[in-house]
Formats: sequence, structure tokens, C-alpha cells
Amino acid sequence: MNTEGSISGRGTEMRSYYGRPVIKEPVWTWEIPTYLFTGGLAGTSSVLSLAAKLHGNEKLSRTALYVGAVADAVSPALLVSDLGRPERFHHMLRVFKVTSPMNVGAWVLLGSGGASSTAAVLELLGRLKPVKLAAEVAACFFGPPLATYTGVLLADTAVPVWHEGRQELPWLFGASAAATAGAAACVFLDPADARPARRLAAAAVAVEGTVMHAMELRLGELGEVYHQGQAGKLSWAAKGLAGAGAALLARRGRRRRGAALLGGAMICAGEMCLRWAVFKAGFQSARDPKYTVGPQRERAARNGTRATTKPGEPAGHASRGT
Amino acid sequence: MQPTGVPAGWEAYGDEKQERVGFFTDTSVCIGCKACEVACKEWNLVPEDGLVWTGESYDNTSTLGANSWRHVAFVEQRKPLHVPSEPEPGQTEDGGRGDGDALRWLMSSDVCKHCTHAACLDVCPTGSLFRTEFGTVVVQEDICNGCGYCVPACPFGVLDKRDIASDRPGSMGHKPDLPASLGTKEDGRVWKCTLCYDRLKGGHEPACAKACPTKSIQFGPLDELRERADARLAKLSDEGWNGAQLYGRDPGDGVGGFGAFFLLLDDPEVYGLPPDPVVTTKHVGAMWENMATAAAVLVVGVAAAFLGGRG
Repeated sequence: MNTEGSISGRGTEMRSYYGRPVIKEPVWTWEIPTYLFTGGLAGTSSVLSLAAKLHGNEKLSRTALYVGAVADAVSPALLVSDLGRPERFHHMLRVFKVTSPMNVGAWVLLGSGGASSTAAVLELLGRLKPVKLAAEVAACFFGPPLATYTGVLLADTAVPVWHEGRQELPWLFGASAAATAGAAACVFLDPADARPARRLAAAAVAVEGTVMHAMELRLGELGEVYHQGQAGKLSWAAKGLAGAGAALLARRGRRRRGAALLGGAMICAGEMCLRWAVFKAGFQSARDPKYTVGPQRERAARNGTRATTKPGEPAGHASRGT
Repeated sequence: MQPTGVPAGWEAYGDEKQERVGFFTDTSVCIGCKACEVACKEWNLVPEDGLVWTGESYDNTSTLGANSWRHVAFVEQRKPLHVPSEPEPGQTEDGGRGDGDALRWLMSSDVCKHCTHAACLDVCPTGSLFRTEFGTVVVQEDICNGCGYCVPACPFGVLDKRDIASDRPGSMGHKPDLPASLGTKEDGRVWKCTLCYDRLKGGHEPACAKACPTKSIQFGPLDELRERADARLAKLSDEGWNGAQLYGRDPGDGVGGFGAFFLLLDDPEVYGLPPDPVVTTKHVGAMWENMATAAAVLVVGVAAAFLGGRG
């Protein structure tokens, strides 16, 4: 006697409702992964710029300042464009909510963008040196949160591969942001002035690879989405481009302008692929109910937690240990 | 955030606070008439969003979303309606009830759970989603800017963005009072069940509960509904119904108990519901701490790149 199977051969047999997703896929479009890239670039470039200034490397400082300011200007445009009602973008700023990473991010981006664009404009005009320095310090203050909060933004959802990767995502995005900022500076600078940027980019690519590996280990079976479909291809491209770019930059980028340009561009392309890989992996894990139901069933078996009350069970049985 | 069973924000109403109300959806008496879906659409002016035949039993709504705030699920399964007991000599395998290998047709009207700890409300960056004086969760349509963050934050996949191309046959057409920035889109905001906030304000029960002909959807004060559900579960258990269980009744669960909870006849995932939902913002404090460490290390990393000589 078949007690579990469904009539249609679909649905209840695999313990889902006709194979339909339990949670909704995000409704975000291409602007969001692109912003993950530009936001990281903006945030880390501001830090790189001030660090170079303090170290006496004016050329690197100016390049990173301009790169950061442009990325900071593009970022809000991308975010507003993704909204269902773009004309209401300023509603983000009518509250301050720490439970909403998107709200916190809007404030951070406002601070970072305002500061870095002020500094860049004053640099162009060559005026108000003290104000410019204050703006650079402010941009440097908002930069690191801008480069890493996007990890929290994605993790604070019910999307399995994002939520379960919450320990690593801010680190992954921080490393990716550092690689992007270093690589972008290498693209625009003479190799003689770009040494710190080169080192930053190459080291960040290595760190990023390690963090990605750690995240996949933690995700366990869930991590397979990073090897499947579009996320798999993008993930592969990210590793290949960033790895080859970093090798080129480190070995030939010291002397050859062309190698520095190509290596830097390859790393930037790789980091963009990484952001897209994480973005797409989220959609893939949301789409298949097994990634939502499976881990919850495992957790329920492990901790005795669940949302159901069976006959004879006392009310209030479900204690949340973790 | 540690579940306490009491919605954050509800207490803040002070004198204006009303009794917390909700739904108890008893699926054991649901007949799949979809009157709830229709009544909801009519009262709340929820647009039609496509007429399709899915082939999935009698379900052509498929899922909750921006334009479906009630969704009746239909599950066809070969499973005894009653728990098989020890067969006596001469009786059939299922203890004489004769339904051992019969088709069981489960129906369940799904709806927003109005969680005690609501992830959608927590992550909403504009404050559009708010806790009402009745303890329910509602989207303010004049505030929502369609950022879509609540959509993947909901552990039940309840919320969705309403995007209807205005040239779609049968749609209401582009409304002249909507801004041109919408292009060919009609709305762009996120919508979900309001537990008929307007009707509650007027002292009426929500449209779906009013329309339900079998009292499968029961509306009332949450405490009272929980007592009623406990009694109902005990009765079904005595009668030997297979798989009867309450879903979301317990304030100790991962979302602090549902404001709209259910009596199901099989495990939640069979109806497309998560077995152990947890409010997604539960770890947000730890996530911020982790991010702060990563941000600090990023600064150290950039500084380290300058070590060892100039330029």
C-alpha cells in the first residue's frame, strides 16, 4: 500500500506542495548585484585614499578619491532605479531602524556619498583644504561599513544560502571590496605609484578565496547551489578572473603598465562575477523548497524545535535553544 | 531577538491598544469553496493577476502573493483519513473504517500569519510595515516604496511586489494618478493581507472569515482561538484523525506564535508551509557585530598594504 505517494506523482511525495517554493525569491533586479560591487568599491576606495594620503602617496590618494566618489554617486542611482516606486526613495530616510540593514545602509550610503563627493569636488576645485580633509575623514568613517553591510543585507532574509552564510558574507564582501578598490586604482595609476593598491588587491583575492571556501564548508549541502546553474558559472568565472588577474598584477604589474591595466580589469570583472554569483545563488536556493524544508527539518530533529503542536503535547513545548 | 509571545510595538499603543485578534483556520472542515479568496478580493479590491489552469488538483491560485491574500491549497494523497488501529479478525486492515487506501483530499486556506515577531516588519526600511493596535501586521500603501526587502525576508513567502503591465489584457489599465516613473508598471509596491484592518476599525470581522460557510476560518481574540483550537485538536485526536496537528499556535515557536494559525491534517511542508520557521532578524545583533569586526579588519588590511617602504 502506498501511503505517502501523491496521485499525480508530484507534490506530497517529495514533501512539498507541487514542488513550489516555500519562500519567495527576491524581486531585486540587476541593479542590486551591481550596487554590491559599486558600494564595496566606493567604501574601500575612501579608506585607500585617506591611507595613501597619510602615507604621502598623493597620486594614489587622488585616484582612489575620484574612483570612490564616482562609485558613491552611481550606487544610490542604482538603488533608486530598483525601487518599485522610485519617486519615494526618500521614505528610506524617514526612520532609523537597526533591525533593517537596508535602512542602516541607506544612511551609511548617504554619509559616504555625501562625504566622498564633497571631497572629490573640492579636490577638483583645489579649494577649502580643511573642509576637504574633514570630508575625506568622514568618507573613511562610512567606507568600511558600506563595504561590509551588504553581507548583512543579504543574510537578514529567509533565503537559505544567504541566511546560513551570515557568518561569512560580510567578510566575503569586505575582501571583494578591497580587491576591487585595489584593482581599480591599478587600472588608473602608473605602476610606480600603485604598489599598495597592487598588494591590497592580490592579498584580498587570496582572502576572498579562503572565505568563500569556508562559507561553502559551513553551508554543507546547501553550498551546492554555488556549483549549479548560473551561480555555478559565475562562481567559476569569479575565481578564474580574480585569480588570474591577481597573478598577472603581482608578477608583471610592477613594471608593465599594460599588465597592471589588464590584471586590474580582470580582478574587477571577477569581483563583479562574485557579487552576481552570490546574488544568483540566493535565487536558486529560494526557488527549490528542499533548501528551505530540509535544513528546517534537520534543525527540528536536532533541537526539538518546530511550529507544530501534536495531540497530547502540552502547549508551550517548543523551546528555542539556538 | 528572543521570542516573548508578545508583539513588539503593540504594547506601545497604551490606551488605544485593542485585544490581539487573529485567525484560527481549521482545515479539517475546509471544503475548498474558495469563498475566502473571492471575498478577500472583492472587499480589498485586489486585482486579478492571470487566469491559468495549473493541473494541480483544484488549485489555480498556487501561492500567496501581492494579488492573492488568501490561497486555498488542495492536496490529493493516498493516506488513511483515520489512524489505522489493530485490525480485529474479519475486519479490514484499517480497523473497519474502510478508508485504508482511500483518496484523501486535504484543503487549507492559507493567509498571512501576522507573526508575533514579524521579519517583514523588522526589515522594512521605510516603516511602511507596522504593527496595528490589534497586534496585526499591515503595509501602509502610501509609504511603501517597493524596495522589496520584505519579500525574501518573510519565512512563509507571503509578501510580493505588485507589478502588472498596464497593457495586459484584462488588467485595470494604467491609472492616470500614478507617476510616469512607473513606465508600463501599474503599481510597484508590496501588498499582503491586512487582516481587514479597515473592517476591524469598524467593528466587523475580516471578509474571508465572514464569507467562510463552514467556519473553517474563525476570527476572534487570539487567546480564545487558541483555547478553541486545543479543544478541537483533542476532539479530532479522540476520533482518530490521521496527522491532526496545530501549526503556529505555540508562542514558543520561532516567530513567537502566529496571529493566524492553523489546524492541519499533515505536516506543514505538505501544504507548502515551513516546518520550523524562524524570524529572519533573530540573529541581526550578532550579524552587526560580525560586520563591525569585518569592517575593522578591512581598515587594518588597507593600512597593512602600505607597510614596508613608500610608493
